[in-house]
Amino acid sequence: MCSFSKFCGKKLIAMNPTEETQSQHSSQTTIIMRCFSYLRPHWKFVAGVYSSMLLIDLIAMVNPQLIRWTIDQGIAKGDNSLLAMAVGALLVLVTIKGVLTYFEGIWTETASQSVAFDLRNALQRKITELSFSFHDKAEAGDLLSRAIQDVERIRFLTGRAIFRIIESVVLMTLTAGMMIWMNPRLGLLAMVSMPLLIFRSITFGRVYRPLSLQIQKQLSVLTTRVEQNLRGMRVVKTFAQEESEIQRFNVQNQQWYDLSAQSARMQANNMPLLNLIANVSSVIILLYGGTLVINQQLTLGELVAFTTYVAQIVTPVRYLGMVLPMITVAGVAGERIFEILDTAPLVRDEPGAPDLTLEGGEVAFEKVSFAYGKQAGVLKDISFVAQPNQVIALLGTTGSGKTSVVNLIPRFYDPTAGRITIDGTDIRAVSLNSLRGQIGMVLQETTLFAASIRENISFGKPDATQAEIESAARDAQAHEFIMQMPDGYDTKVGERGRTLSGGQKQRLAIARALLTDPRILILDDATSSVDSETEHLIQVALERVMRGRTTFVIAHRLSTVHAADLILVLDKGRIVARGRHEELLKSSPLYGSIYQQQLKK
Amino acid sequence: MGFSIGVSGPGMGPRNAMETFAEGGDTRGQVYNPRVVSRMLVYLRPYLNLMALAFLAMLVESSLTLLAPYLLKVTVDTYITQGDQAGLIRISMWTASTFLGLYLATRTEQYLLSMVGQRMLANIRRDLFRHLQNLSLGYHDTHIVGVTVSRVMNDVATINDLLSSGIITLIGDMLVLVGIIVVMLFMNLKLALLAFTVLPLMLLVTVWFSRRARVAFRETRTSVAKVVGGLAEDIAGVRVIQAFGQENTTQENFSAVNQVNRNANINAMSLSFIFLPAIEFMGILATAIVLYFGGRAVSSGEVTLGVLVAFLSYVTRFFQPVQELSRMFTTLQSAMAGGEQVVKLLDTVPEVLDQPEAIDLPQVKGGIRFENVSFRYRPELPDVLRNVSLEIKPGQTVALVGPTGAGKTSIGNLIARFYDASSGAVLIDGLDVRSVKQRQLHRQIGLVPQDSFLFSGTIADNIRFGRPEATDDEVETAAKLANAHEFIIAKPDGYRTRIQEGASNLSVGQRQLVCIARAILTDPRILILDEATSNVDSLTESLIQDALRKLLEGRTAVVIAHRLSTIRSADLICVVDNGQIVEQGRHEELLAQGGVYAALYQRQFA
Repeated sequence: MCSFSKFCGKKLIAMNPTEETQSQHSSQTTIIMRCFSYLRPHWKFVAGVYSSMLLIDLIAMVNPQLIRWTIDQGIAKGDNSLLAMAVGALLVLVTIKGVLTYFEGIWTETASQSVAFDLRNALQRKITELSFSFHDKAEAGDLLSRAIQDVERIRFLTGRAIFRIIESVVLMTLTAGMMIWMNPRLGLLAMVSMPLLIFRSITFGRVYRPLSLQIQKQLSVLTTRVEQNLRGMRVVKTFAQEESEIQRFNVQNQQWYDLSAQSARMQANNMPLLNLIANVSSVIILLYGGTLVINQQLTLGELVAFTTYVAQIVTPVRYLGMVLPMITVAGVAGERIFEILDTAPLVRDEPGAPDLTLEGGEVAFEKVSFAYGKQAGVLKDISFVAQPNQVIALLGTTGSGKTSVVNLIPRFYDPTAGRITIDGTDIRAVSLNSLRGQIGMVLQETTLFAASIRENISFGKPDATQAEIESAARDAQAHEFIMQMPDGYDTKVGERGRTLSGGQKQRLAIARALLTDPRILILDDATSSVDSETEHLIQVALERVMRGRTTFVIAHRLSTVHAADLILVLDKGRIVARGRHEELLKSSPLYGSIYQQQLKK
Repeated sequence: MGFSIGVSGPGMGPRNAMETFAEGGDTRGQVYNPRVVSRMLVYLRPYLNLMALAFLAMLVESSLTLLAPYLLKVTVDTYITQGDQAGLIRISMWTASTFLGLYLATRTEQYLLSMVGQRMLANIRRDLFRHLQNLSLGYHDTHIVGVTVSRVMNDVATINDLLSSGIITLIGDMLVLVGIIVVMLFMNLKLALLAFTVLPLMLLVTVWFSRRARVAFRETRTSVAKVVGGLAEDIAGVRVIQAFGQENTTQENFSAVNQVNRNANINAMSLSFIFLPAIEFMGILATAIVLYFGGRAVSSGEVTLGVLVAFLSYVTRFFQPVQELSRMFTTLQSAMAGGEQVVKLLDTVPEVLDQPEAIDLPQVKGGIRFENVSFRYRPELPDVLRNVSLEIKPGQTVALVGPTGAGKTSIGNLIARFYDASSGAVLIDGLDVRSVKQRQLHRQIGLVPQDSFLFSGTIADNIRFGRPEATDDEVETAAKLANAHEFIIAKPDGYRTRIQEGASNLSVGQRQLVCIARAILTDPRILILDEATSNVDSLTESLIQDALRKLLEGRTAVVIAHRLSTIRSADLICVVDNGQIVEQGRHEELLAQGGVYAALYQRQFA
């Protein structure tokens, strides 16, 4: 098996048309082999599969001999008892073969389904672990299609595909051996078509591969178009742009069609041509073998057995023709999967990082600078200390870096310079889970899961009791509206909480954060989409829950700012002023203007 | 900006209509659904001539397939056993030509079939996409985007299997089967009948298989839908998952769903692995029967050896299509399921339709009137608006204020006729919105959505969205008016900066400015402005205020308002509560009234 897939891989390398793709293709073998490495844990099934296969192939070798024997010994000599025996043996063999085929099929399926299972788990694990910077760029649809369609292709590769290939090679080798053993000259003649068939399969793959890659890409372009259109349907409709959206879609759709038609043309020729080569070679055998029979150098039974072998050898070649192009497709799929699996989270645990043990909850920034990727610095030289139980309010213009400051505390990103400590410990030195377990967050954009309200609130603490959940909901002013829902806490909230209003979602998010009883609380724009009455209620509640926690608030409310122990005024990534409300009013003109415009009114 | 009276979430209007998006679910798992097939056949009609040609090629293919074993018989009987060397060469040439013909026929058939198949795929996708554009927001609000995308992409792809390869291969295989039966009967009646004794048994096994398989394969589809759904949720919620350190829990949950899917697949396949060997066994059983009885007949001189050899070859070929059919079973089943979903979508009637006699909407002045309008999102849901009457003069700015869920968004939705009123009428310049063509109505209405939705593509593409033919200069002018020009040119790629997923490379305020520029460029007479509630910094805020002022100038505007400044400067404030307009007037008047508005205002500043 290895020899074949290696051979195939090398061929693929030799095929690449341009320099640019060279490096990419040279790893094709590695990618394919890596796909197969996922079979390793399931080696018992694989071993079972190939043992069954060998036995089945051996039976396939014996069958034509039985037929030959029947014709030459039984029929030709009119020996009916021999005939009966031969027929009986045939039935026994095929029964054994049937049983073996069953197990071989089940084991192949189990092994390859397990590969898909493992890969999907690994992808999901990786996706949930990759840092925010990855998800800032990744598109959900693309990730999904990798985890579903691409994994499906690998499943096929590690299951039926590789099995077919190996079976084909074994069957071809055995059949060739048998034929040469029976009659070397006729056998060799039968083999003449083999190189032609293999050559043909490979040249086909060479042209087909880049095309199928293009088709895959075009399909994902098409998918994105549809998705974007649907997401922006309200905008599309109000701007009456239905027609131009349709035009845009049609252009991409037509492009997809052109590529697919090209591929269809190629595929329509491929299989029939392989069959033609195989069939014509069987005619040649019949012609030559028939001549031998006429000259009495071969018995008729042998000739019939020979033609049976030739028919047997054609089938594997046909499979190869079908399956080889799929290897290349699977290779591309593998590339897309491993691209994700090989992405290391930018933020990760140091090996053996201890858990964070909190005493007071003092958070300190020491000369922290930060940038997203290659963009210009977002935070520059930020230093401050939040004493335990203090409320820190962050103020500043959009893009001044408020959200970035709070995103650094739970290590959603790591600073590019400087360090952040909690109770004196660098947060990079402790385990992520213990760090985040101490921090409660209400994010700027509320995300809920398609589950019940109860499950959403208890998300950070799955073992919470009903009493705890209710108390968190009360604190977040959510209990009342929850009780008004038809199923109360068991009400399902739909995909991303679409059945709830913005304000309701936010209150659930607050309840969710409160339930974990965090030492450090981060509120990023927590009350942006609630009406003023609810907001007032939440504010009151929040002021209560802030007590006894170190709290960071991206502040927009006067009351919050008044209550803050420390106000940090950010501008273009720097802290330009700090202090309490009264001090800042006197000392900072920027604060004054923000106060006037944003807060006071 | 502390003042905010009432807020609405982007999807909140029709939130009650969201209960039934339990879709993507399963179908009855039929292998043959005449409704789906007949609907899809419509797509074949334009290509009937090509299909006829393909059918012809298939006939040729089938007959040549049948001819080959016969030639084998002749070769053995007439030439080899007779020792006719010259005849052997001649017949070999004939056989080779048969194979060449077979090649040409198969190639033609497959080429035509897949061409037509892909063409149809493209056409179905085109029609689906067009249909989606025509469906009302009522549909889009209640259907998950990912599911609909999968209708257009995945379900359509499965139909291809049904139409192009499925039906024709089915017919072809059937023809070959019948052909083989006829030829065998013709060659040797007795031997043929003996061989066919296995047929009833085969039928029995097939029926057993299809019953079981139907259930098993339906389970695989349901379970894979759960895998997709679970993963999609995890991706959407990844930030929360990490913030709450719940990676392990979600991994366990996903693994469980994943496991169910794995097992369902193995179960379903195990049926196939019983069925296929069983069919093969019967094939060999038939072979054995032929070999035994045929062999005796040859010995006794009843039949020639050639007939026996040809018979063996026919019997082998007989069972190939049967196995092929069983392989296609699963494909057919998922094609039917996919087809059902596609047909269902295509048959969804838009809730809001142009009336047949709908007239062109002339250039409007911008007067809007609500006459006793009541509205509910679905018949079984309670009224969202009750008996609302409202008069807006051309050029007026009207601020809608009130608590969440009061019905403000619904008022906006009805003006643009995203939904139809349950009773009463909405009139623009005295014309009932239901009497004019929707798209012409929409063209004269501008929207600044609350969530500042932007498409992927460049900033310029987005500004140009409502008027794709706008020149670069016009785009820039609009951006300047919207105070967006400066931040745009500060980006490395300027107007060509690509919007990232979720517009994450623009700040919330910048997104709003781009949305305002987009609305300015289309120069609508009527503007619906759902004010964003996310807080932006004071500088951006003043830029937005200034841009909005320019945008509202000289237009009729209905603003779902949260900013005090907007509310104060409005020509008319409507306080919406519980589906009714409870107060209307100007800021000072309403304050003086000392009613709901005054209370709301006071509370905010008390």
